[in-house]
Amino acid sequence: MADYADTGPATAPTAPSGLVAGALRMGDYWLTVLARTWKGGVITTFVTPFFYVLALGVLLGGFIDADPATLEGASTYLAFVAPGMVAAHAMTIAFSDLTYPVMGMLKWQRIYYSMIAAPLAPSHIVLAQLGWVVLRSLFACGVFLLVLAPFGVFESAWGVLAAWLVQGLVALGFATPVLLFSLSIKGEESFALIFRLGMIPLTLFSGTFFPIGNLGPVLEGVAMASPLWHGVDLTRMLTLGRLDWGMVAIHVAYLGILAAVCWWLAVRKLAERLVS
Amino acid sequence: MAILNAAVSTAVARPLRGGEAARLLLWRNILVYRRAWLVFVTGFLEPVFYLFSIGIGVGAIVTGFTYAGEPIEYRDFVAPGMIAASAMNGALLDATFNFFFKLKYNKLYDQMLATPLRTVDIAVGEILWNQLRSGIYVAAFLVIMLAMDLVHSWWAILVVPAALLIGSAFGAVGMALTTYMTSWQDFEKITLAMMPMFLFSATFFPVTAYPDWLRWVVEVTPLYRGVVLCRELTLGVPSWGSLVSVVYLLAFGAIGLAVVRRRLDSLLLT
Repeated sequence: MADYADTGPATAPTAPSGLVAGALRMGDYWLTVLARTWKGGVITTFVTPFFYVLALGVLLGGFIDADPATLEGASTYLAFVAPGMVAAHAMTIAFSDLTYPVMGMLKWQRIYYSMIAAPLAPSHIVLAQLGWVVLRSLFACGVFLLVLAPFGVFESAWGVLAAWLVQGLVALGFATPVLLFSLSIKGEESFALIFRLGMIPLTLFSGTFFPIGNLGPVLEGVAMASPLWHGVDLTRMLTLGRLDWGMVAIHVAYLGILAAVCWWLAVRKLAERLVS
Repeated sequence: MAILNAAVSTAVARPLRGGEAARLLLWRNILVYRRAWLVFVTGFLEPVFYLFSIGIGVGAIVTGFTYAGEPIEYRDFVAPGMIAASAMNGALLDATFNFFFKLKYNKLYDQMLATPLRTVDIAVGEILWNQLRSGIYVAAFLVIMLAMDLVHSWWAILVVPAALLIGSAFGAVGMALTTYMTSWQDFEKITLAMMPMFLFSATFFPVTAYPDWLRWVVEVTPLYRGVVLCRELTLGVPSWGSLVSVVYLLAFGAIGLAVVRRRLDSLLLT
């Protein structure tokens, strides 16, 4: 009887002391997910971007007259397209990690419900999940940048390092709105639409493969509103070493505000779905 | 008693004729997509986006392209490549991911086989549905090409059957491979075959970009045969050599279909 009384309180659940402490309690969950699923993502995470660089950057680039005046300061097409592909890759990871998996946790496997049954709040769960996506993107984009290094497309080491860190911001700028979207919809059919009408056009028309000036004045304005363009332009300025500090501030502010607003909304949405 | 007999006799399953079975399956798929019509309608957009982005956006900075001895615009070169690639992508998506889901998770085919449908009806019905869908997408794409002045000959009409041929070849082989899969992780292997073909089969740049030994490898891939076939048709320069591509794709599809039939029999009926 005495033994029982002694062990009781020590194993009883206690509330986390803060937001980060709460999110860290999800750490072993996400590590387990990583340990069980990493094989499934090896090809899409590492091989696909490499093939894109080879096909479009190197081979198609061979047919492109590289003139820094028409390529936003890049002296080869590969140097132009590489940073665009890196930023698009960070976006793709945010999309793939926060669409079907979120629907699974919400509706099919109902993992979120078991999470809030512990002393964890929706804000802890969202922080842990976003942290997971940002770390995954940083890792994948880090490998991508290392693969690109021998092609001679970078101007300086610190520029590449900064460009790498920027991918965390790009990932967050997409992870938060996509998470908000996935938490807001009823059925998984909507994912086909967000990929088709969101991710693919963003990838193709945000200055990744060609300068947005080629789109004409009206569409150029539309492209400038695209969060990916801000990520791509920021990354490209850093890898090409042609910084315009005013634009840097605009890009960082745009992505930062987008992430903050959608983050706040996503926490509220998750609470609404789990509690009501 | 007569009433009872009548009730029993209508409840007894009667064998379906081939055409009837396929029609039922088509109708089922139409009903499914009625709930997700936006997904259906936007299905043709992906190659259009690629055409605008790579064909026109990147095309503005591409120099020096010749095809069949004539200098051509980059967008003329890319558009037929996009048709062939999207025929492959569409067919493979349906024949791999969706087919696997219906086979393993929905148990859709087990349910169907409890009715008078046979495995061959299922295979034929699914393929017909895919063909109908890709046919609509290709026709829509062709109209866009026409509007953008990218169609240069009446031969282009044959692009629709050519794309269906590409779709059925990849669809049959994709389905055949899917019957051997055990988990979602296996689909990475499909991606590993599909994505390099999409990027390297003379879709975005001519095979002259490769050294001779590699060029030979590219030229025997089924997607390359499809791309070349579509390009010969939209540019209006088909030849007897085009028949090589046709026969190649037909054989590819026939082998796939034979395997699918045998595998479905052993997977679903035992």
